[in-house]
Amino acid sequence: MRQAIASLAELTALAENIGIEEAARSFEPQEETREQTDERMLKLLPVMRQSVQDGMDPGLKSMSGLTGGQAPKLRDAAKAGGTAGGSLLGRATSRALAVAESNAAMGRIVAAPTAGACGIMPGVLLTLAEEYCLDDQALLPGLYMAAAVGAIIAKRASISGAQGGCQAECGAASAMTAAAAVVLRGGNCRQAADAAGFAIMSVMGLVCDPVGGLVEVPCVYRNVAGAAQALAAADLALAGIPCPLPPDELIDQMKSVGDMMPSALRETGLGGCAACPSARAMLGADSACGKA
Amino acid sequence: MDLFDILGPVMIGPSSSHTAGAARIGRIARKLFGRLPSEALIELSGSFAMTWQGHGIDRAILGGLMDLAVDDERLRDSRALADRAGLRYRFEQVTLPDTHPNTARLTLKDYGEKLCVTASSIGGGRIRVTQIDGLEVGFSGDMPTLVILHKDEPGVIADVSRLVAEAGLNIATMRVFRQHQGGEAAMAIELDARPDPSLVNCLTHLHFIDRAVALDKI
Repeated sequence: MRQAIASLAELTALAENIGIEEAARSFEPQEETREQTDERMLKLLPVMRQSVQDGMDPGLKSMSGLTGGQAPKLRDAAKAGGTAGGSLLGRATSRALAVAESNAAMGRIVAAPTAGACGIMPGVLLTLAEEYCLDDQALLPGLYMAAAVGAIIAKRASISGAQGGCQAECGAASAMTAAAAVVLRGGNCRQAADAAGFAIMSVMGLVCDPVGGLVEVPCVYRNVAGAAQALAAADLALAGIPCPLPPDELIDQMKSVGDMMPSALRETGLGGCAACPSARAMLGADSACGKA
Repeated sequence: MDLFDILGPVMIGPSSSHTAGAARIGRIARKLFGRLPSEALIELSGSFAMTWQGHGIDRAILGGLMDLAVDDERLRDSRALADRAGLRYRFEQVTLPDTHPNTARLTLKDYGEKLCVTASSIGGGRIRVTQIDGLEVGFSGDMPTLVILHKDEPGVIADVSRLVAEAGLNIATMRVFRQHQGGEAAMAIELDARPDPSLVNCLTHLHFIDRAVALDKI
């Protein structure tokens, strides 16, 4: 019987001995072979790819009409050299936006770790795969690393915006993705944990404040920010810069900051972005929330 | 929380609690009813009532009633599917006191048969059924579950557990609910494997049992 690990420190120590794939499998309760778990992981990739494609439709609109159709603009601007961040960043962020916009339009996505934060991982992972010629099999260690980091955050803190604010959703996704990116670029597991720590440090206290209570504004744009931040956090760790605070302690602080957060800032659509005077005007009279 | 609760589920957006959870609520209600109803009243409470259109809660619940899974792209067009199948439905915004913010009450009818199911979406797409026909219950559908509605009489639990044991099934958890002594009661029995339809058939023939349903993992 495998014993599920509860900290990034334990994960790192175990992964150095048996590899990240086997270490991450300590979270799986089922008696399943490694090949079966691999196969389930690999099945997520085509869903992620299709969700990018679905979101790249310029005519896409969410049901509320607040979001949709912006991702191809970002992709094309980056391709034409008209952005500040250049090609790789633009490809990653436009894919993240595409998946998040597709999600808002009732597209089919992989919750990673939630539907609201579903763009960050595919945005970064699929772009790294393209840039560095990684096939699906080569992405597996990244997927396992991301899932393990998410499972530890879920265990020690939360991955629900209603409980912990956006730090628990886009923040967790960014930390998972940063750790995955490090592994995919040849960093070790300790560097991956540091990358997760850098990402968490930067989102500490981020509130969940959706306009009208809908997973749209600011959510789809936070997926873009989460993808960019994951790349930056991975780069810090890959450059050999150690995270100045232990990542596990940062996760525990995410939990305690979430507990201190008033309910207006936890997915109720009452504070933050949702409370901008213009937010009400955006919803219009026929929207779902106008009727409530 | 396993790895595929973190990377997953694969689902139709936009919200695991409002869309995937809502679809599961519709589907579990249909399975408890036993077939597609001809009529459904869907009452939405709390955050479900406030954001139902923007989150596609209506389409998700209808899709669930049409037996669609959380990742089925037909969820988007479930209104048309329901219309074609002859399901008449109505949505109402209500306030159900003392319930989770994301709660729906579904009243399903067909040929004089009626079932009322209340369930909440409790986060990450997971759900909890809290009431059946006014009786307080509590189960999730995360595991294969036998749901039995019966009269509160001595020996019913022993009879049920004997049949489950004879079917070679291991009980993971078992909870019994009742309104008052000798009144309406329910059992939710979580099993390690899916029961054979013949077990459900035997159970429905037991004295004092009104309805027995085997739910697969929803």
